[in-house]
Amino acid sequence: MKSIEELMAIKEKMQNKVSLRNSAGDDVRVVVGMATCGIAAGARPVLNAFVEGVSEAGLSDRVMVTQTGCIGICQYEPVVEIYEKDKEKVTYVKMNADKAKEVIERHLKGGKPIAEYTIGAATK
Amino acid sequence: MFRIHALVCGGTGCTSSGSVKVREALEAEIKAKGLEEEVKIVQTGCFGLCALGPVMIIYPEGTFYSMVKPEDIPEIVEEHFLKGRPVQRLIYKDKQEDAPHASSLNDTAFYKKQKRVALRNCGVINPENIDEYIAMDGYFAIAKVLKEMTPDDVIDVMNRSGLRGRGGGGFPTGRKWSFAKASVSDKKYVVCNADEGDPGAFMDRSVLEGDPHAVLEAMAIAGYAIGADEGWIYVRAEYPIAVRRLNIAIEQAREYGLLGKDILGTGFNFDIHIRLGAGAFVCGEETALLTSIEGNRGEPRPRPPFPAVKGLFGKPTIINNVETYANIPQIILKGPEWFASMGTETSKGTKVFALGGKITNTGLVEIPMGTTLREIVEEIGGGVPNGKKFKAAQTGGPSGGCIPASLIDTPIDYDNLIKIGSMMGSGGLIVMDEDTCMVDLAKFFLEFTVDESCGKCAPCRIGMVRMLEILKKITSGNGEMEDLDKLEELGNYIKSASLCGLGQTAPNPVLSTLRYFREEYEAHIKEKRCPAGVCKSLLAYKIDTEKCKKCHMCAKVCPAGAIKGEVKEIHSIDPTKCVKCGACYDTCKFGAIIKK
Repeated sequence: MKSIEELMAIKEKMQNKVSLRNSAGDDVRVVVGMATCGIAAGARPVLNAFVEGVSEAGLSDRVMVTQTGCIGICQYEPVVEIYEKDKEKVTYVKMNADKAKEVIERHLKGGKPIAEYTIGAATK
Repeated sequence: MFRIHALVCGGTGCTSSGSVKVREALEAEIKAKGLEEEVKIVQTGCFGLCALGPVMIIYPEGTFYSMVKPEDIPEIVEEHFLKGRPVQRLIYKDKQEDAPHASSLNDTAFYKKQKRVALRNCGVINPENIDEYIAMDGYFAIAKVLKEMTPDDVIDVMNRSGLRGRGGGGFPTGRKWSFAKASVSDKKYVVCNADEGDPGAFMDRSVLEGDPHAVLEAMAIAGYAIGADEGWIYVRAEYPIAVRRLNIAIEQAREYGLLGKDILGTGFNFDIHIRLGAGAFVCGEETALLTSIEGNRGEPRPRPPFPAVKGLFGKPTIINNVETYANIPQIILKGPEWFASMGTETSKGTKVFALGGKITNTGLVEIPMGTTLREIVEEIGGGVPNGKKFKAAQTGGPSGGCIPASLIDTPIDYDNLIKIGSMMGSGGLIVMDEDTCMVDLAKFFLEFTVDESCGKCAPCRIGMVRMLEILKKITSGNGEMEDLDKLEELGNYIKSASLCGLGQTAPNPVLSTLRYFREEYEAHIKEKRCPAGVCKSLLAYKIDTEKCKKCHMCAKVCPAGAIKGEVKEIHSIDPTKCVKCGACYDTCKFGAIIKK
């Protein structure tokens, strides 16, 4: 290794891989319901789509993707809840990997929750 | 892309409680469930809560599992990794609080008051992977030093940071470096003292096991500052995991060109070798350590000349402790002001302590200088277990002294500890409760130093043996009041006349217990009584005839046949036959055996 640039390249390559271990400083938590009902309804591809998408979008610094058990609305699984500091929780229902990508783009990056995917829209 | 990182502690504590089996079980289970692409298993260094090993931490949530057994693994994988339900029964709970606690490690009382600088990567990165160290800004400090700073700048930063040697003496690191830089020579050396020898201290081992690259990087920085191209790490052979990880780290750093010739294209050369020590306590003393590296019997030599002028192989040398080095890359990157903002007026930064003895959370903690002993013992350490009372804390190991309960609010820093007759030492902190006999404790440390004295100079070699004889006399009930004056007189002579730090500090455990617990010594001498009930010769066991339930259990366990009586008879102990082993005392369910 002959330069700081090379060192920097390794750091950048590795950063995504270790940023998961820094739970401090996450402003946003994406929580995917992963109980039996969620998994049966297809929560795992949704979870993986969030994990990869958040990293690709460079949001790992402030967004934590995690999982939880049954939220209690099994008929609406896969359910994803997004908690943001000082904001009201947003609950997305009947998610799939494509919708997950859209949520990353419009909600996590753009700052605008997608109303039509939320529980409010589904129970109307 | 991994969605979960499962960190399994691979420090010595957890390795001996079985973390290797846990990791293997985890690997097998992850494979069986087809989660290899989703869950990454990382072996790390010490997390600090050694008493609760094997420990595991699961990110992104930071769930902290303690005392994990291989049998627990299927449940963790099925419930937590697959279904997102952390396994509550394995989550570490603060002992002071009854309710199951927030699952994240950082929220526990054990971690909340800690400030991790030297230990920042321990339990976070895989120490056997240089890339993970680089991801945590590793080797950027040496890059900054080589590209942007002159050697004088580096020394200036060290001076302004206020960093003092963490090995015990507390000498200002920057000043030590400036002496070595000022020495003119064709060859200079940088030495790392990893000969951690205090009974109960294991902070250096944990740094080497958890973050070896930080030490290598700091040694290279020191080399640049003083003009050295060669470094030596003197580490004891009893630390096999640390030695293995150091070797791996050195190999990886050489491969990346971060050690060796022309580092980062700057023309700066620096390489590091390891020398294994055989575990002699005196080799932690700097001049004895250098003599041992040179291949000679580890004996100290007189100073001056100091190593900065005439050290390893007769060349100017700086020698710093592992923990001191571990702070340095951070100081370079974050600036001396950041470091100096922590701590007290004369002691900057943080200090790692190995908590042991009668304390709930045995393990490793890093706290800002100036934290009080009370905070360490009661909050971070979780207090004294079994409802016993805190009696004293011993710091500095065989070189240090005791802090009595009356001084529990003393802010811990170098100068305060010296003032109250103890010393920082390398950071062992042993907590004692009311069942500890202070005379016996002093005797324990003296036995250690008598064993470990190298024998070169008379005050230490002969004087310490004489002190130990007096202590044995006192604990066996034959002490006289003049003995206390003799102990003090002898202790002070040994301190002032010994050649090296070992002898100069070895009487401290006796002198400090005499200072704060003189009445215990006097009870041993005047009343022939050991107030804590430890010194066997002064103990007598008796049976309380009112409490005796005539069950005969005590007579059954007595190995000496000293207990008379049959079932349904009141029992009694024959003092001429009693060997004072305490077996009856431990066995009696009715508290009928009296120990006095």
